[in-house]
Amino acid sequence: MASLNLLVGVCLVYVAFLFSVAFAAERAAVRGRSGWLRTPLVYTLSLSIYCTAWTFYGAVGYAARSGMEYVTIYLGPSLVMIGWWWVLRKLVRIGRSQRVTSVADLISARYGKSNTLAIVVTLMAVVGVTPYIALQLQSVTLSLSIFAGPPDVDGLNGLNTLSAGFWVAAGLAVFTVLFGTRNLNANERHDGVVIAIAVEAVVKLVALMAVGIFVVWGIAGGIGPMMERIDSSALGTWQLDRSRWAALTVLSAAAFLCLPRMFQVLVVENDDERHVQIASWAFPVYLMLMSLFVVPIAVVGLNLLPAGSNPDLFVVSVPLSQGQTGLAVLSFLGGFSSATSMVIVATLALSTMVSNHVVMPIYLSIKPGGASMSGDVRDVILRARRLSILLIIALGYLYYLLSGGSGALAAIGLISFAGVAQFLPAMLGGIFWRGATRIGALSGLCLGFAIWVYASLLPSFGQGAVLPVSFFEIGPWGIGWLRPYAFFNIEGIDPTVHAVFWSLVLNTGTFVVASLLSFPKPLERLQGAQFVNVFDHSGQARGWHASVAASEDLMIMAQRILGATEAQALFRTAAKEQGMTGHLPEPNPAFLERLERELSASVGTATAHAMVSQMVGAASVSVEDLLAVADESAQMLEYSSQLEAKSAELSRTAGQLREANEKLTQLSVQKDAFLGQISHELRTPMTSIRAFSEILRDADGLSVAEKTKYASIIHVEAIRLTRLLDDLLDLSVLENGQVSLNSATGPLEAVLDQAVVTAQASGDGRLQIVRLRAAADTVLTTDMDRLGQVFINLITNAQKYCRADAPQLEISVRADADVLSVSFRDNGTPIPDAARALIFEKFARVADGDGSGAGLGLAICREIMARLGGDISHVPQAVGNLFVVQMPRDAALAAQPV
Amino acid sequence: MDKHVLLVEDEVNIIEAMRFLLTREGWKVGTHSDGATAVSAIRAAQPDLVVLDYMLPGKSGIEILTELRALPDFAALPVLMLTARGQSRDREKAEQAGVNRFMTKPFSNTEVLNAVRDLVRV
Repeated sequence: MASLNLLVGVCLVYVAFLFSVAFAAERAAVRGRSGWLRTPLVYTLSLSIYCTAWTFYGAVGYAARSGMEYVTIYLGPSLVMIGWWWVLRKLVRIGRSQRVTSVADLISARYGKSNTLAIVVTLMAVVGVTPYIALQLQSVTLSLSIFAGPPDVDGLNGLNTLSAGFWVAAGLAVFTVLFGTRNLNANERHDGVVIAIAVEAVVKLVALMAVGIFVVWGIAGGIGPMMERIDSSALGTWQLDRSRWAALTVLSAAAFLCLPRMFQVLVVENDDERHVQIASWAFPVYLMLMSLFVVPIAVVGLNLLPAGSNPDLFVVSVPLSQGQTGLAVLSFLGGFSSATSMVIVATLALSTMVSNHVVMPIYLSIKPGGASMSGDVRDVILRARRLSILLIIALGYLYYLLSGGSGALAAIGLISFAGVAQFLPAMLGGIFWRGATRIGALSGLCLGFAIWVYASLLPSFGQGAVLPVSFFEIGPWGIGWLRPYAFFNIEGIDPTVHAVFWSLVLNTGTFVVASLLSFPKPLERLQGAQFVNVFDHSGQARGWHASVAASEDLMIMAQRILGATEAQALFRTAAKEQGMTGHLPEPNPAFLERLERELSASVGTATAHAMVSQMVGAASVSVEDLLAVADESAQMLEYSSQLEAKSAELSRTAGQLREANEKLTQLSVQKDAFLGQISHELRTPMTSIRAFSEILRDADGLSVAEKTKYASIIHVEAIRLTRLLDDLLDLSVLENGQVSLNSATGPLEAVLDQAVVTAQASGDGRLQIVRLRAAADTVLTTDMDRLGQVFINLITNAQKYCRADAPQLEISVRADADVLSVSFRDNGTPIPDAARALIFEKFARVADGDGSGAGLGLAICREIMARLGGDISHVPQAVGNLFVVQMPRDAALAAQPV
Repeated sequence: MDKHVLLVEDEVNIIEAMRFLLTREGWKVGTHSDGATAVSAIRAAQPDLVVLDYMLPGKSGIEILTELRALPDFAALPVLMLTARGQSRDREKAEQAGVNRFMTKPFSNTEVLNAVRDLVRV
């Protein structure tokens, strides 16, 4: 019998061997000579972490307890690999193109990068995998205990399984930390680990086969006698429970896709999509070999060993009972390999999830400065990884303690399977159904997981341990249809089938219904399209390393962006540094990174990354990249639209300047015309004055009558000049808005009366003025003097220009609510249409005036009325002219410039 | 023999002054104050001299002069143009139209009489 010390020593040597293999692999990978690391064979062997200690030890135990049912555990993954390899291919493609690092990452990325979803999946995975890790602890501990011999009555010589479990757990934790978190790799790939688990896959297969061969040929004496033994054993008579078979096959298939560690090796560590095709037949072959001797070992174990021996340990205890210590140690190593490879990859995958989705978001939100990937952040990540590894293994140990380390391995494994199988609807729905939404995934996952916890996990501690016994008998709070083993009062189903069936059915149902009822966010839609149509987006299937960017392509692109001289200098320098002779360097990661950095200065980080990725073909452009590119484009667009706006503004300014220029030109023309008019109006009377004053001075023999006449002409013309100057000044003041108005309140009729009296005093009296006093008592508030000036002007105009035989002016007032209108209607010749447009302009005089006005009167009237908040207009008439003055009853008399 | 002058002017007081001055110089003075009909009035009157105001109702002095110069009989008729606008551009326009003498109001009586004498000395 081998001593425990020897076993521990063997384990240590074995672990050291694994370390050296892993170390060599990583060094090779760093040097870029990793071709042999990433072959279809290694990929297939790495998938063997599906076969854990559960399969290694438990399958035999399972067969000894339940007959052929253990086959389901192999059947599910085989069906997936053979029948569903295209699902795997799709997962691998998505994983690549989206740079997915874990199953939580996949689900969260698919549903719009939802961090909530990532956290939920992470926590569920941790909880779901905990029993599985406990299972590994238990199997290693149990196998150790076999070597320690049966415990005697005092328990002194035997192995204390609980403390042994602790040491196994501690050892596994240290092992994993050392293995998996030595450094940080951005793509979460672990060359060393993969090669180590491939080696372990060989060890466990060889160990199991060796035990099988020994059993068949060494004990039973060949195939024929072996078959007879099987036929005569109880195994041959086991009834097949169809519902369990179906449920377990589905379950193991689901778990194969959903287990975090399986996702890690299937998708994250995958190096070439084509490896999936080869693994699709090679892995089932491996599984078949693993299961080949399960039944013989179980049957022989049942025959040879005393009743009550733990069938889970037949693989070790059978050779041991035959004195084959070496074989037993080999078998133990196989089991040890199974357990360690599972624990390493599972905790690595889980710790990635925990650190990426739980620790880092919290850390980054606490730490100011954001997500710059500086050195200290890397340290934080590594520390988070190590801590989560310890935590996860500690949880597994806790479960092992709580469950008493007594349950059958297969039963514990199935609980884990059922837990992680809850990811399946969200995962498959996510990659095949664009309508799947975040809300759907989240609600399906939560409900399914809750049912699993309630109907599978908690009962696994034993009835009455966590859930009270009453729950199982009458239901929680007496609600019968909620009993953990009899939902909806449907009884008599196997508890495993029951939990799997209800959790998956309700999970899927909720997922579908909630997806249909909810509306995805834009990012969800985009990601959904990317996932479902991944083959449309990401080009041909090819090996990631095999695709080497053509340096020329990179050069062409770089020239376009950086300019020919700079790009060539960059490439030449890089080539020289690499020791190459030509102008083009090897497109190795260091160079690509440098190129990307150079490019990003010109086109933005995201665009540069997307461009280089496209060229290198290492990864297709993810939605995130595209969004970032869109972001950058948007910024450029905004910049260009700013430029556009500026140019529009400039042309608008130019237009305004042109307009102003035109206006100035026009004003200049108007000013010239105005000056010409003023000049004319001033020079004309002055001409008369000068001529007659010279006549009076120079001419002899003028009669008194002539002298008087000429003097009075001079007088009249002088007055005309004065009035003209007065009007000009008045108009100027009014136009500039500098006029001060004196507001007063009084009857409108009084103003009119005064105006009539004033006008008549200077008129010739021919004009008959008719007053219609319908609104005699109208009172208004305005500048009375200015309003009177307007009235006088209108009456004077009528006196001057009304050429009727019996000239008449009818003045009437109409008072509306707010507006007062005064009409001046004469019976003279209507102003011609052509002139009417001009009469309110300065110096506009209708032809054949008597020359006594300068043509400023109506212009002044218009300005005054504008100041008073009113208006003056000429209304064409069939006979005569009608001027209408309108004003507010209560003028707000602020002098406003027009 | 009396020379015949036609005053085309719309300001009554200026007509009055010019009539007084020219009559004393021995001119036979005719007047017309509407621009629109001025050309036909000149053709009808056949004067030896026309004193033409620049701004007239109906038609400007420039227009009248241009039309007049287009008529062979009146291409050489002495024309004295008077203006109250006093802008140099007006003088250019008048000279282009074929004016003989251009004077800006107000003018001295001596000035205008000298101009008239110059124009008809031939």
